[in-house]
Amino acid sequence: MASTDTLTDNLHHSAGEVAQDLAHAEKVIDPLHQFHIYSILDIKIAGFDISFTNSSLWMVIAAVVGYFIMTYGMRKAELVPGRMQNVSEMLYGIVAGMIRDNVGDEGKKYFPIVFTLFLFVLFGNVLGMIPGSFTFTSHLIVTFAMASVIFIAVTIIGIARHGTHFLRLFFPEGAPAWTAVIQGPIALVCYLSRSISLSVRLFANMMVGHTLLKVLGGFAILMGAAGVLPVALLVGITALEFLVAALQAYVFTILTCIYLHDAIHLH
Amino acid sequence: MEADAAKLIGAGLAAIGMIGAGIGVGNVWSSYISAIARNPASKEEIGANIWIGFAVTEAIALFALIVALIALFA
Repeated sequence: MASTDTLTDNLHHSAGEVAQDLAHAEKVIDPLHQFHIYSILDIKIAGFDISFTNSSLWMVIAAVVGYFIMTYGMRKAELVPGRMQNVSEMLYGIVAGMIRDNVGDEGKKYFPIVFTLFLFVLFGNVLGMIPGSFTFTSHLIVTFAMASVIFIAVTIIGIARHGTHFLRLFFPEGAPAWTAVIQGPIALVCYLSRSISLSVRLFANMMVGHTLLKVLGGFAILMGAAGVLPVALLVGITALEFLVAALQAYVFTILTCIYLHDAIHLH
Repeated sequence: MEADAAKLIGAGLAAIGMIGAGIGVGNVWSSYISAIARNPASKEEIGANIWIGFAVTEAIALFALIVALIALFA
C-alpha cells in the first residue's frame, strides 16, 4: 500500500514538474503567441464586442491586396499581357478552369463567389507568411464561418434546383431499398461533416505550419552556435509553408466546386 | 492517475491516428507516380485530381492532431 502511494506521489510530482517546465518554456518562447488576437479599435454595439482586431485588419489587407492585384493588372488590358496582367489572368484562369472541369457550364454563374473565396483564402494564407503578420485563416472560427456559408449555400442551391429529389444525394437510385437503413445515416453524417472537414483542414494546416515555424525558430535561439541546423531546416519548412499556403487555398476552392457539383448534378 | 499525466498520454494516443493518414498519403503519391510512369500523357489530367485525394487523406491526420490538441489544452 505504501509503495503504491509513493508511486502515485512520484507520478503526481513528475506530472506537476512537466507542467511547470512547459509553463516555464512557454514564458521564454511562446510559439502560440502569434495567434493572439488583440483589439486595435474598441467598438461595442448593444453589448456585442465587434472591435476592430488585428485579425480584421489582416482580413481587410487581404481583401484590398486581392482587389488591387486584379484591378491594377487589368487596368489597361492588352492582347499580349504584361507581368501584372499575367498574374491576374492566371488567377482567373485557375478558378475558371476549376469550375469548368468540376461543375460544368451551369457552374459559371457561381464564379464570382468561388473566385472571391479563392482570392481571400489565398491572400490570407500568403500574407500570413510575412514575419510579424497575422494569419487569420489559422483561426477555426474564420474558416468555419466561410465553410458554413458554402455548406448552407450549397444546400439551398440543391433544394432549390431539385426540391425533395435532393434527398437522392443520401440514397442513390438503383440501390436495394433495405440498404437505406445503413446508407442514409452514413451519407447524412458524411454530408454534415463537410463543413467541419473543410474548415478544419484549412485551419489545422495553417496553425500547425506556423507553430512549427516558431518552434524551430525557438530551437535556433536556444541551441546557440548549433542553432545553424534548425535555421537550415527552417528555410526548407518556410518554402514548404508557401506551397501549403497556395495549395490549401486551391483545395478549399476545388472542394467548394465539388460540393457545388453534387448539389447541381446529384452525383 | 493524475489528470495532467492522463492528458499527455491521451494526446500521444490520439497522434497514433496519423499512422493511417501517413500510409494513405504515401499510397496516393505512389499511385500517382506509377500512373504517370505508365501513361506520361495523362499527367495534366491526373495532376489536378491528385491534390483532392491528397487533401482529403491529409485531413484525417489533422483531425487526429486536433483531438490531440484538444486533449492537451481544452
